[in-house]
Amino acid sequence: MISAPDVVAFTKEDEYEEEPYNEPALPEEYSVPLFPFASQGANPWSKLSGAKFSRDFILISEFSEQVGPQPLLTIPNDTKVFGTFDLNYFSLRIMSVDYQASFVGHPPGSAYPKLNFVEDSKVVLGDSKEGAFAYVHHLTLYDLEARGFVRPFCMAYISADQHKIMQQFQELSAEFSKASECLKTGNRKAFAGELEKKLKDLDYTRTVLHTETEIQKKANDKGFYSSQAIEKANELASVEKSIIEHQDLLKQIRSYPYRKLKGFDLCSGEMEHTQDQPDQAATTSNPDEYTNTDLYTCRPTYTPKLIKAKSTKCFDKKLKTLEELCDTEYFTQTLAQLSHIEHMFRGDLCYLLTSQIDRALLKQQHITNFLFEDFVEVDDSVVEKQESVCPKPSQHRPPSRSLEECPIPQVLISVGSYKSSVESVLIKMDQELGDEEYKEVEVTELSSFDPQENLDYLDMDMKGSISSGESIEVLGTEKSTSVLSKSDSQASLTVSLSPQVVRSKAVSHRTISEDSIEVLSTCPSEALIPDDFKASYPSAINEEESYADDSEGAIHFQASISPPELGEAEEGSLENTLSQTDSCCIGKENDSLRMPLSSPVHPHTDEDAVVSVPPQRYRQKEQEFHVDFAVENVNPSRDNISEGFPVYELDPRHLLASRDVSKTSLDNYSDTTSFVGSVASTSSDRTPSAYPAGPSSERHKKRAGQNALKFIRQYPFAHPAIYSLLSGRTLVVLGEDETIVRKLVTALSIFVPNYSRCAKPVKHWVSSPLHIMDFQKWKLIGLQRVVSPASAGTLHALSRYSRYTSILDLDNKTLRCPLYRGTLVPRLADHRTQIKRGSTYYLHIQSMLTQLCSKAFLYTFCHHLHLPAHDKETEELVASRQASFLKLNLGLVNEDVKVVQYLAELLKLYYMQESPGTSHPMLRFDYVPSFLYKI
Amino acid sequence: MLRWLIGGGREPQGLAEKSPLQTIGEEQTQNPYTELLVLKAHHDIVRFLVQLDDYRFASAGDDGVVVVWNAQTGEKLLELNGHTQKITALITFPCLEGCDEKSQLILTASADKTVIISLNLEEREIAIVWNCDTGRQVQKVSCFQSTVKCLTVLQRLDIWLSGGNDLCVWNRKLDLLCKTSHLSDTGISALIEIPKNCVVAAVGKELIIFRLVVPTEGSLEWDILEVKRLLDHQDNILSLANVNDLSFVTGSHVGELIIWDILDWTVQACERNFWDPSPQVDTQQEIKLCQKPNDISIHHFTWDEENVFAAVGRGLYVYNLQMKRVIACQKTAHDSSVLHVAKLPNRQLISCSEDGSVRIWELREKQQLAAEPVPTGFFNMWGFGKTNKQASQPVKKQQENVTSCLLELVGDLIGHSSSVEMFLYFEDHGLVTCSADHLIILWKNGERESRLRSLKLFQKLEENGDLYLAV
Repeated sequence: MISAPDVVAFTKEDEYEEEPYNEPALPEEYSVPLFPFASQGANPWSKLSGAKFSRDFILISEFSEQVGPQPLLTIPNDTKVFGTFDLNYFSLRIMSVDYQASFVGHPPGSAYPKLNFVEDSKVVLGDSKEGAFAYVHHLTLYDLEARGFVRPFCMAYISADQHKIMQQFQELSAEFSKASECLKTGNRKAFAGELEKKLKDLDYTRTVLHTETEIQKKANDKGFYSSQAIEKANELASVEKSIIEHQDLLKQIRSYPYRKLKGFDLCSGEMEHTQDQPDQAATTSNPDEYTNTDLYTCRPTYTPKLIKAKSTKCFDKKLKTLEELCDTEYFTQTLAQLSHIEHMFRGDLCYLLTSQIDRALLKQQHITNFLFEDFVEVDDSVVEKQESVCPKPSQHRPPSRSLEECPIPQVLISVGSYKSSVESVLIKMDQELGDEEYKEVEVTELSSFDPQENLDYLDMDMKGSISSGESIEVLGTEKSTSVLSKSDSQASLTVSLSPQVVRSKAVSHRTISEDSIEVLSTCPSEALIPDDFKASYPSAINEEESYADDSEGAIHFQASISPPELGEAEEGSLENTLSQTDSCCIGKENDSLRMPLSSPVHPHTDEDAVVSVPPQRYRQKEQEFHVDFAVENVNPSRDNISEGFPVYELDPRHLLASRDVSKTSLDNYSDTTSFVGSVASTSSDRTPSAYPAGPSSERHKKRAGQNALKFIRQYPFAHPAIYSLLSGRTLVVLGEDETIVRKLVTALSIFVPNYSRCAKPVKHWVSSPLHIMDFQKWKLIGLQRVVSPASAGTLHALSRYSRYTSILDLDNKTLRCPLYRGTLVPRLADHRTQIKRGSTYYLHIQSMLTQLCSKAFLYTFCHHLHLPAHDKETEELVASRQASFLKLNLGLVNEDVKVVQYLAELLKLYYMQESPGTSHPMLRFDYVPSFLYKI
Repeated sequence: MLRWLIGGGREPQGLAEKSPLQTIGEEQTQNPYTELLVLKAHHDIVRFLVQLDDYRFASAGDDGVVVVWNAQTGEKLLELNGHTQKITALITFPCLEGCDEKSQLILTASADKTVIISLNLEEREIAIVWNCDTGRQVQKVSCFQSTVKCLTVLQRLDIWLSGGNDLCVWNRKLDLLCKTSHLSDTGISALIEIPKNCVVAAVGKELIIFRLVVPTEGSLEWDILEVKRLLDHQDNILSLANVNDLSFVTGSHVGELIIWDILDWTVQACERNFWDPSPQVDTQQEIKLCQKPNDISIHHFTWDEENVFAAVGRGLYVYNLQMKRVIACQKTAHDSSVLHVAKLPNRQLISCSEDGSVRIWELREKQQLAAEPVPTGFFNMWGFGKTNKQASQPVKKQQENVTSCLLELVGDLIGHSSSVEMFLYFEDHGLVTCSADHLIILWKNGERESRLRSLKLFQKLEENGDLYLAV
């Protein structure tokens, strides 16, 4: 099944540049035909033939003790995304590399089972056959009923682009850690709750047994005990033991949060209300479940049950779903976090990197970037959002912090990880030892390593990995990276030296096998990867397309469709309940029926599944087939939910229900294939609505850019209008139709310089007469034109204050504003521009405006321009020096000077502001004649 | 009002021609005010502004609140609450010579028949009675029978006077020193100090001269005596002002402007024919039609060494003291009554009006016979020794053609949406206007402000140690 894994060496990207395309000689039999169009400079974004999925997605899998590795759900939950990609197969692979010796049970020398608080492991995997690469994040959740109390799970970010995963490893790791932490926190809570219930049960059982024994004792006057009595006594003893064990477990699980989460005051308060929640959730989704299990009770006041002496066999009982394991609230948060991750890493690597660089650069311009950029607040808001979505993990995240901060050479990671996999002692957490202490121990251990020895060690291991057919290389566990990053500072020389050494060695040993799991380092070496491995990602363009043609209609459609959907949801779940209770009678394995519900991502190519499937499944196959399409049908709304992060909507109950709906509604269709077609077409139309038009979202920018482009093409007098905005003269957009006015105001707002970081001085819609204060406050105003005589006041005010405003009349298609003869705006807003896409145009504007900002910055902060060189120098001389600087050095013509001067004033004000955003700056204006432009 | 519809002067030329109102286009190269800051703190009409020092001013109005502002930054420094009704007079009470010059008092009189002395924003205060914090209300007097309509401070004697239906004299500690008997029900509308310990009060149509009896060795009592009543005005006196050491000037509702000798209280010159239909008015039917007494009432004066500038109805008149006649006029300077005028050092004149605008004028020598000469009918002069009006007229006309000046509109400030009540000119910080739209606007010279900001910027850079000078 798993043949020799091939290891890709760890190199840094910049080293690659030294020797470009030094293709390593591959053994002939392993070489894969190159991507046919690669030589012709084909579209680098074209879909790689190898990948069977259309875009990146996140897969959550479980290593079920009953059925083995199985996929649970994908994000986005859309069959179209992963297409024919075999999730079962891939789950098997990613779960197979879970090295973490999550050993729970009775360790030697200990009387009671011990829980290990296992750290997550982070691994990058590749599968050449599937053309898939994955960042895999393994985590372990506790389940009282599971073997050894643990349930191994993993979250995988699957992409066709290996580089993307490599380069974004740290970001991915950070984000997934948040999600994982969220899940684990919820799980601990749920587990503790479960234990408490179990203890109550046991307690109750003990009392019952006790009384029974007493009765028997009384009934039996003779001196000897009956076999029955002995059995009872034994039972009692085992219950006693069980109680102690469970109490110990409870103590252990409780000791975790208090030790690890300091200042996490949510615990106590939240405990109460969250404890009931999973039960409620469970009630709505699977009410029949309680018929078999004693443990689950939906009532908040728990009545203990009698526990039978013989516990049910492992295959008889139904394992808890992920949601049940993690407490609904936390599960929801995790889903939100995951879809946030999906969103965050959506797109081509190139795009991701560019935007990251972009952001980093913009941060450097901290003096000027407030003028036109809104990214800073976006960035912050994203962070805030994340925190609000998943506030707990950020506080008690694993010690991987250093991983993000200092990108350490990956060799050491592998060394460490290898080390850890060899000496499993390192991974396991000793319970007595505090987390911090433990780490320190490890650090000292590692730092005592001789660097050279270190490398030799590594080298040896790599050889070993090739020779052994069965071994699985696991790299980059979280624990070891964090540790090593510490040691990194101590032995920086080793660090800089090591990558090369390793690479040279790794090259010679590299093999590619058709059916292999490739365990890759976190840092790619392009030289070592054949072209066809460099999976590319098509979404950079496709996404744009799909978003570009959206319209307002989409939203309306969405809005109108959702209420019935919700309504049907109720019906659906009811119906579902019925069908489930039916199947319940068949056997205990309602698990199989639950499968399509809880994990609707099941591919319909079940035949290939490695995971053994219970027989009922095939009987249900037809239905399941429907489910698959149903998922597709539901997708847009689901997408919408996950992207917008309204947590209330993310309630899995709702999601679950809506899936059911589509299932039932689908049953009405006789011709499934045609339905699929129609769904495909509509869903593509509907996806745009996924994004609620947030104030500064990417989509908002696209839309604004597009409308601005439209404006520029449509109106020949766009230049003076834009000049007005840039020079701080309020532009009033006058019109009758609110939507049109708002749209244009939004579009033009990208040209409006901000006063501060707070908010854009843009008022989208006003219907009352304008006042002098408005011009001081707003630089772009959408004004309602009312036909009634009441509007006279509005027009009076407008004409009275005409010297402060430019008036764009949308109804008459006129513009009244000062003359513009500069060269700046024509470059910014060329109506013959070849740019067609909104986002591209937005970027163009952004770059132009950044350029402008730098000019303004230069002008503002040039000392000699503003201060007299000596005492006798007159103001006129200074002024003329300024003028010549603007003209000659900055190359500004005519009115362009005023734009830069205005921006300079804003810069000055911003720089001097003590508390930003508290006051509005003064209204600056010029006494210049206005002209009336007509189409 | 019509002009608001039209917008700037650029558009319909036809209308502009019909209207006698001089307009200026959007291009105002000589208008230095290219920056404005709207200050909002009042909730009713703001009627009074008073300058406190180089950078501060106080505003007061119908909401009974006094606000102290920083004229440079537009920052609100203090809000003085104490009056329950609208404020009718506002004056500063500078302290005595020996005192710390920072301890300045504000006197406010209100329709609630109280006068409040407020301390404004002092760190230290010398006085014993009012140990001060910032903007504390120091003392309140409410023993008035009537609303105090005017206040004046006689700094020399360190006393102040309040004028209502009677005239009261107070000292700094708010002790009533003496008062007159009930003068009239309309009350004193204006009050000024003239030499020889005298004050002039305008009561209805009359001007009453009072003399203050200052305590001497003989008597320790203060007293105020009515010395003389001047009855030359035919209608209510609206404005009263000191012009120079020799004369003071009064203006009445029907457009009489009388210049008085400050020492013997005799009429030096009188100009009472603003309302007379002059030959030129024939061509301007509209004015004639809408000419009401209101249109020629003299609301406010300002003056310099040579001229008295009078706001007469909607117009502005420049009266030369030497020549004793109007040398320049702008009959319709505004759309409605001009409420306040002020002369700037640079030969500029600023006027504000009920129409909500502020206009900046420049007094220029007329090169030749102007297109709109000052009508002779307006110069019906008679003073001492001038008995025959008819005879003197031709001579006047000739003179006038040679020396007449022209008031030229150099700019207007449009910001307020309602009547501009008053304004205050700061040499360094620009112009402050207050209005019935509850707003105060700070008009600034944009270029200068920009320069100042640059200076500040580099100062701050230097403070932060971020300034690197190129070698």
